[in-house]
Amino acid sequence: MRDLSLETNLKSALEALFHERNETFYASDIPFVAKARQEAFSNFIRLGFPNPRLENWRGTDLSKALDTTYEFLVEAPGDEIDVEKIFQCEVPHFETFLVAQLNGWYVYRQSPLTELANGVIIGSLAAAFEKYPELVSKHYGKYASTEKEGLIALNTAFAQDGIFIYVPDNVTVPDVVQMVNIVDSEQNLMLQARNLVILGNNSHLKLVQCDDSINHRYTFINSVSEFYIGKDSSVDHYKLQNKDEHSTLINSLFFQMESGSNLSSNSISLNGGIIRNNTDVKLAGENSSANIYGVYLMDRNQHVDNHVRIDHLVPKCQSNELFKGILDDHASGVFNGHVIVHKDAQQTNAFQTNKNILLTDKATIDTKPFLEIYADDVKCSHGATVGQLDADAMFYIRSRGISEENARILLMYAFAAEVVNKITIPELRQRIDDMVKKRLRGELSICDQCVLHCSSQEKKLTFDIDVTRI
Amino acid sequence: MEKEQNNILDEVTQGEYKYGFYTDIEMETAPVGLSEETVRFISAKKNEPAWLLEFRLKAFRHWQTLQEPTWAHLHHPPINYQDIIYYAAPKRKKELKSLEEVDPELLDTFNKLGISLEEQKRLSGVAVDAVIDSVSVKTTFTETLSKYGIIFCSFSEAVQNHPDLVKQYLATVVPHTDNYFAALNSAVFSDGSFCYVPKGVRCPIELSTYFRINAANTGQFERTLIVADEGAYVSYMEGCTAPMRDENQLHAAIVEIIAMKDAEVKYSTVQNWYPGNKEGVGGIYNFVTKRGMCKGSHSKISWTQVETGSAITWKYPSVVLMGDYSVGEFYSVAVTNNYQQADTGTKMLHLGKNTRSTIISKGISAGKSNNSYRGLVKIIKRAENSRNFSQCDSLLLGDQCGAHTYPYINTENQSSIVEHEATTSKISDDQLFYCNQRGIGTESAIGLIVNGYAKEVLQHLPMEFAVEAQKLLAISLEGSVG
Repeated sequence: MRDLSLETNLKSALEALFHERNETFYASDIPFVAKARQEAFSNFIRLGFPNPRLENWRGTDLSKALDTTYEFLVEAPGDEIDVEKIFQCEVPHFETFLVAQLNGWYVYRQSPLTELANGVIIGSLAAAFEKYPELVSKHYGKYASTEKEGLIALNTAFAQDGIFIYVPDNVTVPDVVQMVNIVDSEQNLMLQARNLVILGNNSHLKLVQCDDSINHRYTFINSVSEFYIGKDSSVDHYKLQNKDEHSTLINSLFFQMESGSNLSSNSISLNGGIIRNNTDVKLAGENSSANIYGVYLMDRNQHVDNHVRIDHLVPKCQSNELFKGILDDHASGVFNGHVIVHKDAQQTNAFQTNKNILLTDKATIDTKPFLEIYADDVKCSHGATVGQLDADAMFYIRSRGISEENARILLMYAFAAEVVNKITIPELRQRIDDMVKKRLRGELSICDQCVLHCSSQEKKLTFDIDVTRI
Repeated sequence: MEKEQNNILDEVTQGEYKYGFYTDIEMETAPVGLSEETVRFISAKKNEPAWLLEFRLKAFRHWQTLQEPTWAHLHHPPINYQDIIYYAAPKRKKELKSLEEVDPELLDTFNKLGISLEEQKRLSGVAVDAVIDSVSVKTTFTETLSKYGIIFCSFSEAVQNHPDLVKQYLATVVPHTDNYFAALNSAVFSDGSFCYVPKGVRCPIELSTYFRINAANTGQFERTLIVADEGAYVSYMEGCTAPMRDENQLHAAIVEIIAMKDAEVKYSTVQNWYPGNKEGVGGIYNFVTKRGMCKGSHSKISWTQVETGSAITWKYPSVVLMGDYSVGEFYSVAVTNNYQQADTGTKMLHLGKNTRSTIISKGISAGKSNNSYRGLVKIIKRAENSRNFSQCDSLLLGDQCGAHTYPYINTENQSSIVEHEATTSKISDDQLFYCNQRGIGTESAIGLIVNGYAKEVLQHLPMEFAVEAQKLLAISLEGSVG
């Protein structure tokens, strides 16, 4: 399984690896993908890994994560994996269509592509390259540009597999599709996961993306997902991040939106070493709307960085961002929202909000809500706040006999709930709601299994007085 | 009635840049280009002590190692720093004692600018220091001020008469290593104003400096240093104009303010450098470093600026809140029209405990201009219980212009509160309709609405400036309707 150790200088090791195993990387590529890979590789050599001196990476330092030795899996794992053994989702009554990746490879090697009766195709991206070259080459690499961002170039150059989802016109996918990225290795791993999701016209998809690690090794996951959302289609997207502190997770999402389409994207970051979420939305068709929500609850030395860029390319589109975060201990956070209203994109509404609570003097937050506007008939606003729990609210609760600790949890929960309540899948909302409560009580540790998979009994929020007597 | 309206309209629509004249005064200039020789020439011309020359040379050598910054949202052809005259002064024959001795051409210039030194002296009781091209030509009211122990004079006079004070405070807020343009200014600054308000003195009159670029191909590099000692108060005003020329001229100034314990400094600017013509030809490149330091506790520095001129504005008046309980304020109206570009904002660095800052920025863009707000609020770990409130609004008049907001907020402790909000919109049709309905023409209605929009900032200007600023706003937006 192990192929090569990446020693000392990660970039030159990757470069050497690429040349050495050149044939393996290009093995399943159709000419279009091969060309993209070649371009991406030279871009990666030019750009290298990002550093905090770059404007887009201010406040996020990967140098420590890059100074670790990682393994890079060039060959697919064997066929004998039983996903059900490694992974079980325990969200109560949560019926999903599960697709899993193990260490960056699509798990079900025997049947790499599943075609459902309604025409939906779900499966391995590498297999889709071969089977649906036209469909893939229409969208692959079109939205995630490798020109400017070293990590996107790295992913495009080195990614060999991932998950491919195609929803044809006029289909509403009945089940929630759950994409799980499992990392199970005895070694420190570097992964380049790549996903492509294509929706035709008037189609609807609900998607939950989970990142999971089984062994507590150092991991560096650089995942890129491209979404094409056709006319009048909608995507409900959730990503859950509950990783251990040895992990570095770079999650880049690119959404290309046609007219009349809707997107709702929620990122819930509960634990992790370094988490960087890039969300890039191109509103390319009129009357489309994007809602990007995020909540992050970080403590210890954890670091979370949310970058959202929304391009209003055409008139009459809406975008709405809401990010809320609570930072405890030494945790640090970065928020960078960038709304660009291009020339002639009139009648645009774009709103951006970022609210943060710092619980200690060692926690830091860096927030940069940017607006760049080249059209005049627009309504745009942004707001950012950094503060602490409201003293008046605290007093109100305390004066009703609730202990300080409970009052704090109540207020923090209420703060986070605004984002959690935006989740439209009831089972998932309930579960995440519980997880947030647990997280705030400091009880949510990294379970051995999925983010959605905690075997301990749920505890009710208990008050140390008899509430019935108030 | 209609006639009157037409007159007003005419006045507004023809109200182009009225300060674009050029005065033919005999000038003394340095050779074109920048080298160590130029720096030595300027220093020798001003008969400066050795330490100041050393400071200039240090800055010049540092400048040579730097690259012009490119991070601002500004586009301009590269500036050829060897194509600029770094020193131009009206030729003076002897020391001036009274206004009668000032070159009548020069007095005429200031009359045209609407700042008759004589008149100002008598009527408004404002002490004026006028800086033409590179040299301070006349400071009024020096004697009155000296009664209070206030020193208000040109920078070169201060170097000669109060070298210890200058040496003590120069470059303590903006070091020569601060940025590209600060290094350039530190190397070649020619004159400027110096003000020192001693302990416990409340300056009885407004102090004012008028800057004017007159000669062609010159850059203006002035340096202002204001020191308010313990418990002192001073209100300082600055105005700027330049002739209309087809080539771009460079202005790179530094303003340093130091406020000791309990001191308060209020600095107001109406910046009206020549903005270039309607096709975007000519105009001043305005690269200015302004920073105040609240050194002592309970001190306060307040910046108010109305930015209507310049082809390019690159300016971030900042406050370093070092003393506990110190206060920083920034009120700004920036108007861009035609091809003007402005990248302006502020930095509030909270270092002391219980420090407070307020930022109100109003951007107005019209024509094909771009107007950006760029600001930083940083609260370090030990700056407990600090408070910031920022509001940055942009108004768009026309579909060719751009309005951008780049706020940076960095908080490192739990007891501080930072609030930032910004909106971008255009003048609503409802508002215009309301005005039209009451017989107010569209052009005046826009003037009215813009003035109302900017009122929050304008009310912080001293009275004399507020009137001027309101007129300026209307003129700057002339022709931006429809």
